[in-house]
Amino acid sequence: MYPTNFAYAAPTSLADVIAQMQAAGDDGKLLAGGQSLIPMLKFRLAEPATLIDLGRVQELRGIRVDGNNIVIGAMTPYYQVLNSGEVQSRCPLLIQTIRQVGDPQVRTRGTVGGSLAHADPAGDLPAAAVALGAQLLATGASGNRLYDASNFFQDVMTTALEPSEVLTSVSFPATDSPGTGTAYLKHRHPASGYAVVGVAAIVTVGADGNCQSARIGITGAGSHATRATATEQALAGRPLDAQSVAAACANAASGVDLMGDSYASSDFRAHLVQVLAQRAIMQAAQNARR
Amino acid sequence: MSVSRLFGATVKRREDPRLITGKGMYTDDFKLPGMLHMVILRSPYAHARITSLDVSKAKQLPGVHAVLTGKDLAGKVNPIPTAWLIPNSDLKTPAYPALATDHVRYTGDAVAAVVAETPAIARDARDLIEVNYEPLPVVTETEKALAAGAPQLHDDAPGNQAFHWSFANGDADGAIDTAEVVVRHRFVQQRLIPNAMETRGAVASWQPGADELTLYNTTQNPHIVRFLCSVINNIPENKIRVFARDVGGGFGSKIPFYGGDALTVFASQVTGRPVKWIEDRHENYLATIHGRDQVTDVELAAKRDGTMTGLRVKAYSNMGAYLSTAAPGVPTWLFALIVPGCYTIQDYKCDVWGAFTNTTPTDAYRGAGRPEAAFLIERMTDLLAGELGMDPVDIRRKNFIPADAFPYTSGGTLTYDSGNYQGTLDKALEMANYSGFRQQQQQLRQQGRYQGIGLSTYVEVCGLAPSPAAGAMGFQGGLWEPATIRMLATGKVVVLTGTSPHGQGEETTFAQLVADQLGVAVEDVDVVHGDTGAIPMGWGTYGSRSTAVGGTAIFKATQKVIEKAKKIAAHLLEAAPDDIVFDSGTFHVQGSPDKSKTIQEIALMANLAWNMPEGVEPGLEESSFHDPTNFTYPFGAHICTVEVDPDTGEVKILRYVAVDDVGVVVNPMIVDGQVHGGVAQGIGQALYEHAIYDEAGQLITGSMTDYAVPNMTQIPTVETARTETPCPHNLTGIKGVGETGTIASSQAVVNAVVDALSPLGIKHIDMPLTPERVWKAMQAAKSAGSSSASQPGQPGQ
Repeated sequence: MYPTNFAYAAPTSLADVIAQMQAAGDDGKLLAGGQSLIPMLKFRLAEPATLIDLGRVQELRGIRVDGNNIVIGAMTPYYQVLNSGEVQSRCPLLIQTIRQVGDPQVRTRGTVGGSLAHADPAGDLPAAAVALGAQLLATGASGNRLYDASNFFQDVMTTALEPSEVLTSVSFPATDSPGTGTAYLKHRHPASGYAVVGVAAIVTVGADGNCQSARIGITGAGSHATRATATEQALAGRPLDAQSVAAACANAASGVDLMGDSYASSDFRAHLVQVLAQRAIMQAAQNARR
Repeated sequence: MSVSRLFGATVKRREDPRLITGKGMYTDDFKLPGMLHMVILRSPYAHARITSLDVSKAKQLPGVHAVLTGKDLAGKVNPIPTAWLIPNSDLKTPAYPALATDHVRYTGDAVAAVVAETPAIARDARDLIEVNYEPLPVVTETEKALAAGAPQLHDDAPGNQAFHWSFANGDADGAIDTAEVVVRHRFVQQRLIPNAMETRGAVASWQPGADELTLYNTTQNPHIVRFLCSVINNIPENKIRVFARDVGGGFGSKIPFYGGDALTVFASQVTGRPVKWIEDRHENYLATIHGRDQVTDVELAAKRDGTMTGLRVKAYSNMGAYLSTAAPGVPTWLFALIVPGCYTIQDYKCDVWGAFTNTTPTDAYRGAGRPEAAFLIERMTDLLAGELGMDPVDIRRKNFIPADAFPYTSGGTLTYDSGNYQGTLDKALEMANYSGFRQQQQQLRQQGRYQGIGLSTYVEVCGLAPSPAAGAMGFQGGLWEPATIRMLATGKVVVLTGTSPHGQGEETTFAQLVADQLGVAVEDVDVVHGDTGAIPMGWGTYGSRSTAVGGTAIFKATQKVIEKAKKIAAHLLEAAPDDIVFDSGTFHVQGSPDKSKTIQEIALMANLAWNMPEGVEPGLEESSFHDPTNFTYPFGAHICTVEVDPDTGEVKILRYVAVDDVGVVVNPMIVDGQVHGGVAQGIGQALYEHAIYDEAGQLITGSMTDYAVPNMTQIPTVETARTETPCPHNLTGIKGVGETGTIASSQAVVNAVVDALSPLGIKHIDMPLTPERVWKAMQAAKSAGSSSASQPGQPGQ
């Protein structure tokens, strides 16, 4: 478990990060919380010439409220999000999701931006990001660029980020309007704890008790996190009872490029998407009525 | 024997403070001056010819001291021998070289070794070795390997058959032909990875001139390592000292002496420097033995009233690419003899085929053959109960060997020493509230909920055991144990044991046993193990033998110490030895308690030898060499209750009750801990663990992110209780507990899940019962209607 030799850079400002990235070129690799990259280095699955550690860049850390959005610096570790009163009261889906990430050690070191930029197909946070419609701010040599979560995740560990860009912050819309509830449910891999399937649901219940709107994010089942738009549309205006929700979820996996492995086949993942989508929607609706 | 305060008391493990504060001395903690580091290049192919091997670039990397290849080993490092040569079989033992020369046979087969100043340099140099492989066809499954036209692994093992071995008693064929009912089934015991917390490794230090080897090794049996190293590395046995200080678990995987160990020794000889080799976890998964991997076809004959009348088993065992040290004995002797279990089945026949495949070699893994046997008979018992419409409790009671029938000879060979199977079952049923659960189960079924209860009533054979039996079974070793008790002038006690505890807590239990007998404080007793220089001999720790065999040897040695001390006391007290009474550490003259000497006073005099009785030699040190007359036979009843999520197939264990009878117990807390750990591993096999190879022979569960070792959130509270039926043939009454948990548990879980799903007509699901397997079985059963739907095995799905 010994990585290949690499140069190590520890910039302290975003400008310095950009400069280091330019200097390192294609052989540079950004290190955030290291929960994925360090194991890859040890296995020599990643052999960067230069490792650029973002750990000392203070301006990439922190949580602030910007109007109706919670803006989280890319290098903010999970545990700080979990401990944020603002996030707890205004964007509980992040709490519900992050609580199920890894274990206490991972949640202490792992970061919001690291998870999203790494884009592990079985990561938890991408499901919440797509369901919430998060806006991801990236910075490169030529300035800033804003990505919508819905087209940020492109393939297995592949995002829309340019190689010269670093993810700097993520803006998550609050879901604290009356009648809105959220939930994240996941089928944990028994070994890794990653999401075999994870479903994030945001449900707004109308005055008539029916579903006014729903946003569903799916992770684990396919190559990247996606929204279950067919289910979202089928649910709108429908009663939030078991039968209607089940019907709406029949095609929950229709937009997912399903993957299979030795633990769960693509068929089973499709089935789990249906089951967990139903349960997540019912739970989000229940939370909305509280 | 007298049972007083210390024997049978919950004494906290004296090992734990150092282990949980990071002060243990594991193999990787030994750092010798000038020490070099070795890494091993392993084949990325499951089966290939090596067409070229060029290590010149690796040798040129600064900091590299040696690069070893198979050719370098000729005449220097002999192949790894098979140490269990099962008689009455056509056993083939193809060469198992420490480094391959022209042919690799599994992913992980060793090809070269690099020795360098640092582990990182060694690792970099390994990447510079250039190997060209010509891939060959691959076979990973036993029956495919034995089929005509399969890729051949060894020229000297035609058809990949390692052996065909048979065992029979009575007339199983006749019993099955004439039976009123015959239940037939096929079971798959999936392959498992032992997962000791400490991976394997060695630090070898060869002293040129003295021509002596010091070897720090993570092993369960340092004296066997000394012997095998002597044979493999051509070093006289008396020139080797092996240390196994703290060893982080083994579960059977640290019984063998491996090629990596022999290479470390050779690397030290070649470089003249100490050399360390430590596996990383991935290497451990590839290169340390795996366990289980057996397919069985079973036929159980019975009368309509549920009386079992005959049993026939055909077993197909995957030995991997080579025969590991003890491998041939595991699926034969250790499996076959105990298959009839707790039941009065005499007409019994078992055929076992072992096959070479392009996989990591298999060998003993906690329970070693006996979990497979207990699983098989306990699943068959439930299948028979289902066939006859009987309750699983009733069918067991009907067939149990009665408590008054011991000693009982089962299947013509094993003589079960003692038992009361009804006793443990009754206690478990009461704890689990069996009848209450059955009522609740019916009510929940009306609501569409699936809860189930599973029984496992087991007996196992352990306390390995009489050396003549080992010889008769072809085991190339003895199974006796020595013990030495040495009392120092200050009254402190040193205990030398040939067993090699690596998590079982014998530093504590043996100290309890000795302190109890000698009447000294437990703190004054030190247990020395894991040093072949200090301890005369030992056959190691496995087969739940340490306390039953090694502990009994210690007990016998304490009696010799007391006997000698009594002579000295008589002399000092001017009385006849027969008039001396020994009680709680004090010798006194019968009828005159005031005329007394403490054992510490006697120890002082014995060490000074100023005033010894005539004919009594100085010193107070006695040894015993104990060879038991029989195995021991722990037994018990485990009950598991589960609920199955009908939508996802997830199994939730509701309760787990373990009632064991392991004979007399020295330390209840340590025995509970052994049960907890064993049950965790058994639940792991039932629900989570599976070493999976793909078609190309790649281990696709090659890390802990893929291979599910259960963590604490995946294991329920284990509710333990005991009955105590002493072992009648040793002086302590101890039977052993190291393996009961794994032997007892997997089938309790599977029986519970099948019971939960019985309304759907499901009769069996192969382990591990992953959510997908359970869900698919439910889907298949639903589409087949509720008539019958048994899921065949789905290995590798």
